[in-house]
Amino acid sequence: MPYRTDQTEGILAETVMIAGHNGDQIRAFYARPTAPGRVPGVVLIHHAPGWSDWYKEATLRFARRGYAAICANLYERLGHGTVEDVLVMMRAAGGVPDAQVVGDTLGAARYLKAQSNASGKLGVIGSCSGGRHTYLTACQSNEFAAAVDLWGGGVVMKPEDLNDKRPVAPIDMTANLSCPLLGIFGNEDRSPAPDQVDQHEAALKQHGKDYEFHRYDGAGHGFFYYDRPPYRQEQAMDGWGKVWTFFEKHLA
Amino acid sequence: MCTNIMEQTPVAGAGKGEHGWFKVKTAIVSYDHPVQLTDEHALNIDFLSDAITERVAVELDATSARALVAAINEALRQAEEANAIV
Repeated sequence: MPYRTDQTEGILAETVMIAGHNGDQIRAFYARPTAPGRVPGVVLIHHAPGWSDWYKEATLRFARRGYAAICANLYERLGHGTVEDVLVMMRAAGGVPDAQVVGDTLGAARYLKAQSNASGKLGVIGSCSGGRHTYLTACQSNEFAAAVDLWGGGVVMKPEDLNDKRPVAPIDMTANLSCPLLGIFGNEDRSPAPDQVDQHEAALKQHGKDYEFHRYDGAGHGFFYYDRPPYRQEQAMDGWGKVWTFFEKHLA
Repeated sequence: MCTNIMEQTPVAGAGKGEHGWFKVKTAIVSYDHPVQLTDEHALNIDFLSDAITERVAVELDATSARALVAAINEALRQAEEANAIV
């Protein structure tokens, strides 16, 4: 809910260890409100650049809004260093397998559900590659009551782009989407390009899924990232409003 | 990494990084989101030793990357003409 000036605020945030894919111990940034009462949870799936400041700050933002929020380090197994160093490790490894990311995300969901103040309602959100992984996860589990795909690239894939790490195009899993979906996209984005968003939307319609897509003019890829040039203040603020409304509706 | 374009090759050479010179053993070439350059995507080259902390990184726009490839090929062509490559 929006903050009121007579409200006493409190959040706790820290790095925790969670059981990820195959039970592997991985780090996660976990933030939650200190107010008593049960709270819904949100799992954030970080983007390709890694477990970055933007994602830590977005996790805090969800906690301030009254959600228990968690963002797992999807590059944990590659090693440790600065976020930049680990990005190079990820490139050297040729990316991380989809199945591992989905497993780590479900591990983060289990961690939230195991907390004594969990309401039992969970959402999932991610941007860029994390938007794609959000969609994959929502198509492969029933853990979530709502999913938000922020400009996820690679939902639509050419057959020649499939490989051992990315064996199935997410769009081909649409029949199994298990919860309502919010999609937010920039019309100047090239990955996903508007025609790919059209294909994605057509698949959702074909399978009768509960979804809403919002497409912004004057915005490209990553327009929520206030620390990067693609940031677009007006579109980002409107988009965040859509995210809050969507989660309030489905996770209450 | 929405582009998911990543290549790598073994290389033999030397690079000068934060801690001085080191043996360069691998070059990672990617076309995805840069860390420092303000472009949405860039041609990124990371020259690495065994340890990730020994690294020289370059992020170039596509035009610059193509110009660099052409300059390297031209320098190697001249070196071959001069019988300078053994």
